[in-house]
Amino acid sequence: MPVVDLHIPISEEAIRAVHVGDQVRLHGIVVTARDAAHKYIVDNFICPQSIPDSERALYGELQRLLRGGAIYHCGPVVSQDATGRWHFVSAGPTTSIREEPYEADVIAHFGLRAVIGKGGMGPKTLAACRDHGAVYLHAVGGAATLIASSVAEVVAVYKKEELGVPEAFWVIRVAGFPAVVTMDAHGQSLHEQIAAASRQKLAELM
Amino acid sequence: MEDLTNHFIELIRRAATDLPADVEAALRRAREQEEAGSAAQNTLDAILENVRLSRERSTPICQDTGTPIFYIYYPAGWSTLALKRQIRAAVAEATARSYLRPNSVDSLTGKNLGNNLGEEFPTLHFEEWEEDYLKVDLMLKGGGCENVGAQYSLPDTRLGADRDLEGVRRAVLDAVYQAQGMGCAPGIIGVAIGGDRGTGYIKSKEQFFRPLDDQHPNPKLAALEKRLTEEANQLGIGPMGFGGKTTVLTVKIDSLERLPASYFVTASYMCWADRRRTLIYRHGEVTIQ
Repeated sequence: MPVVDLHIPISEEAIRAVHVGDQVRLHGIVVTARDAAHKYIVDNFICPQSIPDSERALYGELQRLLRGGAIYHCGPVVSQDATGRWHFVSAGPTTSIREEPYEADVIAHFGLRAVIGKGGMGPKTLAACRDHGAVYLHAVGGAATLIASSVAEVVAVYKKEELGVPEAFWVIRVAGFPAVVTMDAHGQSLHEQIAAASRQKLAELM
Repeated sequence: MEDLTNHFIELIRRAATDLPADVEAALRRAREQEEAGSAAQNTLDAILENVRLSRERSTPICQDTGTPIFYIYYPAGWSTLALKRQIRAAVAEATARSYLRPNSVDSLTGKNLGNNLGEEFPTLHFEEWEEDYLKVDLMLKGGGCENVGAQYSLPDTRLGADRDLEGVRRAVLDAVYQAQGMGCAPGIIGVAIGGDRGTGYIKSKEQFFRPLDDQHPNPKLAALEKRLTEEANQLGIGPMGFGGKTTVLTVKIDSLERLPASYFVTASYMCWADRRRTLIYRHGEVTIQ
């Protein structure tokens, strides 16, 4: 099966050209965000009438990085070298379904093209992918050293003190990050297909 | 009593970075069974490559280094307080060396102190035994697979599960189905029959210390383990839930006394990154297996 290279920022046309089951390699700037980061985004940027002054700088930065970009559900193991530079040591995906209440709003608000994680997401996110031109990319859970090898550089980190290392926004440049499209921009979800098939098999075994 | 802190750091490093041989062999067998070029096989290839790289570079196999769960079996006369201090110091140092991710979060404040030390974190189980040496078992239990563990109170009308081994079978198959790929399949399923809600979960997780290819001494449970492994793999969930022949590597079952009123079936899920190691300290010599 051919591997599709996706370069961030990704165009709507490019994202609608990939389908469930396609293998992709991602290149460019990705931002990690998991549970606390999603709640922070929704509480500070999406729900309120006006954005708190203290958070405006980060808001602007995220707007710039996420338009046409990708969020990665990941809480990495990092190390810091003598010059103060951060490195990703081990950085596989975390379970995505916990972000189901938030992700559709985040996709719509920031113009995301890709959400990377593991385990898949639900109908609300699937609808947002279809409506706004985005996909869900499944990385191999636990393959953390392998995935960290595709992180060429840690560009910046935000909210590390407040949220802790796993929950912080890590801005990373990836080169050839490997993933599989399991939810596409056409309303298809591999997770729904597998769940339905296994439900039928379970009924037979009972 | 010798200070074993440095040996405990090495135990943690080995557990986090060096997947046990029986688990790797099971993943390799699974890879051979999957269709050539399928998403299932490609996933297992990535997993095996990651296992190799992590061992070579001494970096965590998975970034979620989980809850460190220690079982400490010690001869008479040892100080459990001293062992506890040494293990906690080792956990903090292993975190500073990036063998462990800072993983312990205050549930009320959300604060992560960054050293993996909390009131009861890491988890320590002490037991004095009659042997003349110290044995420390360590398992790193990740959060993704922890979240898909499930407990059933039988009878369960939805599953048609009564208080017998057929009911246990139905509960476990349902747990594997509910987990889909979210526990990082192919996983290992640890099952406890009986106990209370607390001991059931503890017993189910203790199954993960068993070698993958061992057999339960009770022939009925041994047969159920075999049957459940085969049936779980017929569900077709496959590695990471991408579809395929390998949904679980094995199922391990044990039982506990229960109250007349209760019949719990507890299924814990261990991801494919089944990280466990054992340290033996005998007559001044340390070995890690």
